[in-house]
Amino acid sequence: MRHGGFSTLLYKEVLRFWKVASQTVAAPVLTALLYLLIFSHVLEGHVKVHGVAYTAFLIPGLVMMSVLQNAFANSSSSLIQSKVTGNIVFVLLPPISYLEFFLAYVLASVVRGVVVGTGVLLATFWFAPLTFAEPVWILVFALMGGAILGSLGVIAGIWADKFDQLAAFQNFLIMPLTFLSGVFYSINSLPPFWQQVSHWNPVFYMIDGFRHGFFGVSDASPWLSLAVVGTCLALLTAFSLNLLKRGYKLRA
Amino acid sequence: MSAAIRIQQVSKCFGSTQALDRVDLEVQQGEFFGLLGPNGAGKTTLISALAGLVRPDAGSLRVMGHDVQGDYRAARRHLGVVPQELVFDPFFTVRESLKIQSGYFGIGHNDDWIDEILENLGLTSKANANMRMLSGGMKRRVLVAQALVHRPPVIVLDEPTAGVDVELRQTLWAFIRRLNEAGHTIVLTTHYLEEAENLCTRIAMLKAGRVVALDTTANLLRRFSVHALRLRTGGTLPSELARDGAESGGWWSFPFDGFDQVETLLARIRAAGCRIDDLEIGKPDLEEVFVRVMQGQAG
Repeated sequence: MRHGGFSTLLYKEVLRFWKVASQTVAAPVLTALLYLLIFSHVLEGHVKVHGVAYTAFLIPGLVMMSVLQNAFANSSSSLIQSKVTGNIVFVLLPPISYLEFFLAYVLASVVRGVVVGTGVLLATFWFAPLTFAEPVWILVFALMGGAILGSLGVIAGIWADKFDQLAAFQNFLIMPLTFLSGVFYSINSLPPFWQQVSHWNPVFYMIDGFRHGFFGVSDASPWLSLAVVGTCLALLTAFSLNLLKRGYKLRA
Repeated sequence: MSAAIRIQQVSKCFGSTQALDRVDLEVQQGEFFGLLGPNGAGKTTLISALAGLVRPDAGSLRVMGHDVQGDYRAARRHLGVVPQELVFDPFFTVRESLKIQSGYFGIGHNDDWIDEILENLGLTSKANANMRMLSGGMKRRVLVAQALVHRPPVIVLDEPTAGVDVELRQTLWAFIRRLNEAGHTIVLTTHYLEEAENLCTRIAMLKAGRVVALDTTANLLRRFSVHALRLRTGGTLPSELARDGAESGGWWSFPFDGFDQVETLLARIRAAGCRIDDLEIGKPDLEEVFVRVMQGQAG
């Protein structure tokens, strides 16, 4: 057993999703695989992006989408369940600081995101020749993207009082942001107006930067993507920590 | 030696509801202290403020000399709270739950103490059972165990026996008594006033967020409650006797301060020509004290 509040909370959060891995890991891998089978069947041979075959282009997008969605799901579902059932008290009574609380939930989210992302990669890379042109970018964007969505999950989990409020957050914010971020297409293929709109979507930079790590080409410069993603992470971290420090909806 | 708990001028409002109103309270180390009051009196709010779950609008709370806000890490290490609600984490077994709870307090190798707690609370056979599989009473035992994993010197039990069977009550109180004898300070809230009367050496009563009585259990019983001669008679009591007592359900009750008054009372009844069909001596109890305090009657 780990020592200290932070490491124990991190361990508990990882163990929590691992105990139901069929639901938290295997199911999203299967979903991503189905997306790949359907889209690659329809579009392979018809579309090439940055000179890359469509299926190969799609795989990093699906991997990153899985990382992001599962990172969000981990912290948000854990917190809302703990709040609704009341067992959040077990974390609030011990001497755990709000910073430790935040880091443990976010890191556990990153772990789940990366585990699912790796699962999707292992399940899909048989379908197309993948390259790993600049692997550091793969790692950087996977970790930072997971941390951003993990932070958003912390915010949503603290804010929501009921499961349907969390579902609304997921359906009306997280899903549109990820689906309209260039997972399935290059934004260069969009009309100019929608290209501009896409540039205001921070998830676009996460996907684009992550994909750059595979192919060495992308819609935006990876450095610009890094700046946007880094700024988002800093802002969300500050916002989350402020909520936790004030005890918003956790300590009356 | 610092007080186990020191609560000074603590107030808390929830909207327009004054949950706590300038509460002052001190519990000494080693005490078995009762915190009583009707529903909504502020007991759980006070405990939550002590545990850092509620932030008071005014005043300060200290556990073993540590401010629960400013020095929250030390304060929480010294405090174990058994919450009122039957909460549990459905993902883990009993032993996992206790190990995780130990880890939150920075205790890595706690198996011996966990085994001892499990044994004392009759949970050994359930150690590897998932929390979901346990009965309500067993879940309540695990809640107590979770509050004790870090060996806190101050233990707060918020209605720990609500809805649990006699066996658990006896097991739990035997264990808590042993902890108290070993030097742990115990603070208990309960609606079972007989339990409080038997266990607590000192009692505070809360009403509408204010402390309305605070004394040793013995003093409260002396101040607010009296012995009474209770009897059923074969005939109608004459008015000069009836005005000294009160009738309820066919039983007459005559309060008295000293046992020598019993003889006088019985002689008066005999002289009035009344036959006594049944008779008992009613002892002072906390329930009567509680009712009188809540009705605002002075002792």
